[in-house]
Amino acid sequence: MLNGIPLEHFVIVSAVLFSAGLFSVLSRKNAIMILIGIELMINAGILNLVVFGAFDKQKNEGQVFALFAIVLAAAGVAVALAIILNVYRQFKTVEPNQVEEMKY
Amino acid sequence: MNTVIWLLPALPLLGFLLLAFLGAQLNRTTVACIGIGSVSLAAILGLYLAINFISAAPASGYISQTLWNWMQVGSFKAGITLHYDALSLVFVFVITFVGALIHIYSAEFMGHDESFARFFAYLNLFVCSMLILVLADNLVLMYLGWEGVGLCSYLLIGFWYKNSKNGIAAQKAFIITRIGDTALAIGMFLLFKELGSLIITDISQHASEKLTKGSSNANLIALLLLGGAVGKSAQLPLQTWLPDAMAGPSPVSALIHAATMVTAGIYLIARMHAIFELSPIGMHVVAIVGAATLLIAATSALAQQDIKRVLAYSTISQLGYMFLALGVGAWWAAIFHFMIHAFFKALLFLGAGTVIEAQHHEHNMLNMGGLKNKLPTVFKTFVIGSAALAALPLVSAGFYSKDAIIWYSLTAQNGSPLLWLVAIIGSFITALYTCRMVVLTFFGTSKTELSYLPGPKMHIPLVVLAFLSVVGGFIELPHNFGHVTLFSHLVENVLPATQQKIDPSEFLFQLIAAGVCLSGIFLGWKLYNGSREKIVNLESGGVFKFFLNGWYFDALYKILFQQPYYFMARINKNDVIDKLNGAIVFTSNWLSNQLASSQTGSMRWYIMGIIAGAIMILTLQLVL
Repeated sequence: MLNGIPLEHFVIVSAVLFSAGLFSVLSRKNAIMILIGIELMINAGILNLVVFGAFDKQKNEGQVFALFAIVLAAAGVAVALAIILNVYRQFKTVEPNQVEEMKY
Repeated sequence: MNTVIWLLPALPLLGFLLLAFLGAQLNRTTVACIGIGSVSLAAILGLYLAINFISAAPASGYISQTLWNWMQVGSFKAGITLHYDALSLVFVFVITFVGALIHIYSAEFMGHDESFARFFAYLNLFVCSMLILVLADNLVLMYLGWEGVGLCSYLLIGFWYKNSKNGIAAQKAFIITRIGDTALAIGMFLLFKELGSLIITDISQHASEKLTKGSSNANLIALLLLGGAVGKSAQLPLQTWLPDAMAGPSPVSALIHAATMVTAGIYLIARMHAIFELSPIGMHVVAIVGAATLLIAATSALAQQDIKRVLAYSTISQLGYMFLALGVGAWWAAIFHFMIHAFFKALLFLGAGTVIEAQHHEHNMLNMGGLKNKLPTVFKTFVIGSAALAALPLVSAGFYSKDAIIWYSLTAQNGSPLLWLVAIIGSFITALYTCRMVVLTFFGTSKTELSYLPGPKMHIPLVVLAFLSVVGGFIELPHNFGHVTLFSHLVENVLPATQQKIDPSEFLFQLIAAGVCLSGIFLGWKLYNGSREKIVNLESGGVFKFFLNGWYFDALYKILFQQPYYFMARINKNDVIDKLNGAIVFTSNWLSNQLASSQTGSMRWYIMGIIAGAIMILTLQLVL
């Protein structure tokens, strides 16, 4: 199946990709980099969908979900970039550490 | 004849409604005509009813007229039903007749007051309430009138409300009488529980069947009813409101605080005689309260300098005589003294009002004097009223009514030598302070120019009342001279006859009473007919100060009731009770603050929180 590569390998790659994205979100200072981290995590999820879809021969549900997720991710990026732009206009910075006025 | 009883309270009520709603638009003459007219018509109707009743008394001894079924719950029934018998007759006569005279007097006395219509509206409402009180067929309707007169008393004491002192006096009168009214209400509940009815005829017929004589319930009911009477009639220990009530206009003092409202307590006890006869303890307490009050009030009257306060304490003292008479079982003597007292005390208050009005509103007797020649009619009528108050032998009505009380306080079934002694001492002090009042006001040198001369509308009531203060006594003469029993014969159907346990020579005791009265007047003349400096010196002593302040009852109540209340209020100023509810609020506030501190604004922490939560949930799912 898929050139004999077992499912576990795909899942491990996906987990590594997700952890990399998460690490990026938590450690990066720049909001753009955080956004890229989020994209990595979404892609890890999409990879999972595709792989599970490939192993599910009956219906191509996985692939359909993956297409949905790609569209959603694109839309999410558009919104996120718009937010970042507005934050920059408001605070003259895109570092989330310096934008912490929303607190008690 | 029995179909017109309803008009008695209805006429003053109509007058009240007219004046209350249209009073502002009417001119003074119309207002006076409505105010005087409604009460005068009621007085004429009252006389007509009285004549009919006396000439052809119904066999049952009363006439009743049902107007409306007010409320009916289970076996409890209270109707707007009027009950007219000999006792009501006497009260109706005094209320409407003396009331009408006082209304005529007020038309001139209040002539320049800006709230002329309001004054007459209140007075008419008062007469209506008082008539409901004495004509009520059941205690619930009586209570309506009872509260109505209390309300009018409050409104009229505080009539000149722009002076805050008058408002305080009005509140004091209202609150203190309310203490008595609460006792009366509880007594009525208990009475209903025991007897199953609050209708007066039922009570007097069935009380002895359902309550055993001397039982604790009978005693309790009698004492609670007495509580109501004590509050309304300003007896010990609730007497402190009446002297302050003199803040009202003089006609109000004459009508409400001398002739009628304050005697509602006498009426209540006389009406409930069936209950009191079942409670010997209650009767003794009534007599003791009366005796103590008459002595305390008489001595207080001796030292007062404000002429109206003298009369106020004198009223308390005379009401004490009536309570004494009721307590010893001399029922008719109490009612007789009530009637005579209404005549002469109303006369004295009206006279005092004229004197005060004529001297630039001067109340202090020490600054008066020499009015004998300047106000001759007022002087003559005032002296006649004073003679009745001091019970001047033979010629005054007060002698016949008060002598009967003094006599029965020794010989009637609950009488005792001690009560007699108190009554005699009280009589001596009464003569003394009456003489002091007359001498200080009318004799001596003139102090001030007159600012005002009373006209005929003020003179006529004085003369009529003076006439009644003399001849009123001749309808009831002691059996050893004259033996006229018109009055006691009239009320014998309603009130139990006076039982005498001993019968010593009445003549001797009359001589003692007369002698005591004359010596009081003589001593008063000797003491007070001199220079004012001597009198002021005489009265600067500590005893007089004690009497002037009414035996310091106000100060005592201040320490006993007001200050603990203030103390509690001060403690509770920070809402001690509310602390419990406050604790709930405080805890949730604290918790909220703790949670809010996790809201740092740092996005990284939020993400860490989400991840930690997700990991926790996943772990839990794996483990469980």
